[in-house]
Amino acid sequence: MALPQRRTDIGPPHYRDYLPPVIQKNYGDWKYHEVINPGVMVHVSNKGEKIWSVRAASPRLLSTDTIREHAALAEKYCGGYLRYTTRHNVEFLVSDEKNLEPLQKELKSKKYMVGGIGPRISNIVHTQGWVHCHSAACDASGLVKVLMDEFADYFTTKETPNKVRLAVACCTNMCGAVHCSDIALVGIHRKIPTVETEKIKNMCEVPSTIAACPTGAISPDPANKSVKIKEEKCMYCGNCFSVCPALPIADPVNDGIAIVVGGKVGNLRSNPMFSKLAIPYLKNNPPRWPEVTAAVKTILEAYIAGANKHERVGEWVERIGWESFFKTTNLPFTFQHIDDFTIARETFRNSSSFKW
Amino acid sequence: MPKKYQTPLLDELEKGPFPSFVTEIKKAAAKNDMAADELGLLEKSYRDRRGYWKHGGIVGVRGYGGGVIGRYSSLPEEFPNVANFHTVRINSTSAFFYTSKFLNEMCDIWDKHGSGLTNLHGSTGDLVLLGTKTENLEPIFAEFSSRGWDLGGSGSALRTPSCCIGPARCEWANIDTLDINYSITQEWQDEMHRPAFPYKFKFKTAGCAVDCIASIARADCSIIGTWKGNIAVDQKEVAAYAKGGMKVQEEIVDMCPSKCMSYDGKELKIDDANCVRCMHCIAKMTKALKPTGEKGATILIGSKAPFVIGATLSHVIVPFMKMEPPYTELKDLIRKMWEWWDEHGKNRERIGELIIRRGMREFLEFIGVDPIPQMVKEPRRDPFYFWTEADLQK
Repeated sequence: MALPQRRTDIGPPHYRDYLPPVIQKNYGDWKYHEVINPGVMVHVSNKGEKIWSVRAASPRLLSTDTIREHAALAEKYCGGYLRYTTRHNVEFLVSDEKNLEPLQKELKSKKYMVGGIGPRISNIVHTQGWVHCHSAACDASGLVKVLMDEFADYFTTKETPNKVRLAVACCTNMCGAVHCSDIALVGIHRKIPTVETEKIKNMCEVPSTIAACPTGAISPDPANKSVKIKEEKCMYCGNCFSVCPALPIADPVNDGIAIVVGGKVGNLRSNPMFSKLAIPYLKNNPPRWPEVTAAVKTILEAYIAGANKHERVGEWVERIGWESFFKTTNLPFTFQHIDDFTIARETFRNSSSFKW
Repeated sequence: MPKKYQTPLLDELEKGPFPSFVTEIKKAAAKNDMAADELGLLEKSYRDRRGYWKHGGIVGVRGYGGGVIGRYSSLPEEFPNVANFHTVRINSTSAFFYTSKFLNEMCDIWDKHGSGLTNLHGSTGDLVLLGTKTENLEPIFAEFSSRGWDLGGSGSALRTPSCCIGPARCEWANIDTLDINYSITQEWQDEMHRPAFPYKFKFKTAGCAVDCIASIARADCSIIGTWKGNIAVDQKEVAAYAKGGMKVQEEIVDMCPSKCMSYDGKELKIDDANCVRCMHCIAKMTKALKPTGEKGATILIGSKAPFVIGATLSHVIVPFMKMEPPYTELKDLIRKMWEWWDEHGKNRERIGELIIRRGMREFLEFIGVDPIPQMVKEPRRDPFYFWTEADLQK
């Protein structure tokens, strides 16, 4: 069968054609919203018109079967309109209130996890992992699955002091928003890359490989048309492997997961914050990574017990101090926790006041 | 019938309440050879604790230099159906709105020409079609583009811009995030599809400082809606929140970062001149508080993940810009930034890294923006700074 005529540089379709009629009519004229339950909110316009959003978790990696199911549900209850959130949830956009209960009922009967709205844990921003990436130090989808299984109640019912944003990145390239999340996992390496000298001359450009190293650990090896790596300078970031495939760094024995905490992107109350290192390494232990879920649980429970209402994880830690964070969570503080990368001196304590 | 693999480790990830990505792969694997081999390969990764994918190669559709990420398995003999298993990035709609009609058509095309696996959405915001063979790329592109859908960005190019839900369904939007996002995307199709930058460039547009799209952390150019007028207070609604159990003093007034609010049990007062527009009070008392006056955006530059110098957040370049179609002021400013970055940027150097390497002064002078205190948290601490001949004449 002949293919249709291709078109180039047309860009995406206009968003207006995908908005439910009630949104088109009240675009930019919303007055307020209310969270009806952890999975449902209603937005009310200045005209008094309403749209209900029903949010359900998705694993992000979706088969066409499941997307067709989303589409069928949207057709049955939402005039065919739905959207996905930046955190990979699906939102059914209900314009007719009488569809609200039947939709929620059908979602529950189909075992959808409905929730994620308000001060609780929403879905986890994450990366490809072993599913589809060349530089993954761990899987991502599997870690998301075990964390969300563990904390399912915090998605569907239970509250936390403020929202808790979790993220998973399968390597330090951090395609997920790990560097600014409340609690996040990042896959790390702990041994230097292997130099495959025979392959380098065919596969890699030496100057860009040297330039990719943030610590100046890579130098040319002209005799072999290759490079050398200074072991004592390498911090295992893997950026050289990104530009030179002949420097593989994946290591089933030594790769693992670091946990960082206290980041946020919003400006509410306090400025956006970076996540900081809580646990430098936990072993890669698929399929369910019990050490990782236990560690995240320890941090989450300390936050719930210690934070004031509306405080994010980072705001709580800043108020009590990092020394108290390590004390209250009982997490060991190690050489790895003290920065020796690009902003080390900004992180040292220049004061004699601190807690015991 | 696709090959059936034993997957004892992945089967463990079908247990528990959260929807399982393994179940998703199995659904596709029941009818698709590529998805079946993806499942087998992933089980092997779980067993061996390592990935089996190689670097992307140069692969794509005619006339484009991006939009497709080449992906090859390092075990092509063992898993021949994922020997090449490329990602296709489809440029999503502003704020990820879809119709059932489109999604069903998308699934038809993808079942016919691909693995049947997707990501809704990728980290940058593309509708990701996960895994197909090289020979399917042209048919996929023809099917999508003939229906009005185009590819997103990849490589050293403009990446698919994304935005928060904004005025479509949020009372806090100060700017039309969906329209800005659409306008930027349409303006720079060539920059998206034919990589010519030193490295990637991302736009994210947020309607307010809550920043639901994480623009300040994840975009080379962060556009964040804000306002210049006062916050209008509906005292009746304040009283209703108090009656409903909100501790106004503790939860609102005491948590204000600039201490510009007071409450005597009856009236909530705001000293607007000292408000930093953080959004805390508005987000917690959405019925009672509304920004008024001139609306616009703060333009910030330079956030990125940790490679190479460590993670950065975007920093303020233009504190306030009116945002009205066709957004000429913004687009002209961006073009100037790109010109400077093109001229001086090294291979794989993001614009934020270049600003740090060459200094804000050179950047600001080139783009024609004067220095003002809103750009910095504090002035420099050291006495080492440049004087030009022109400075000496002043």
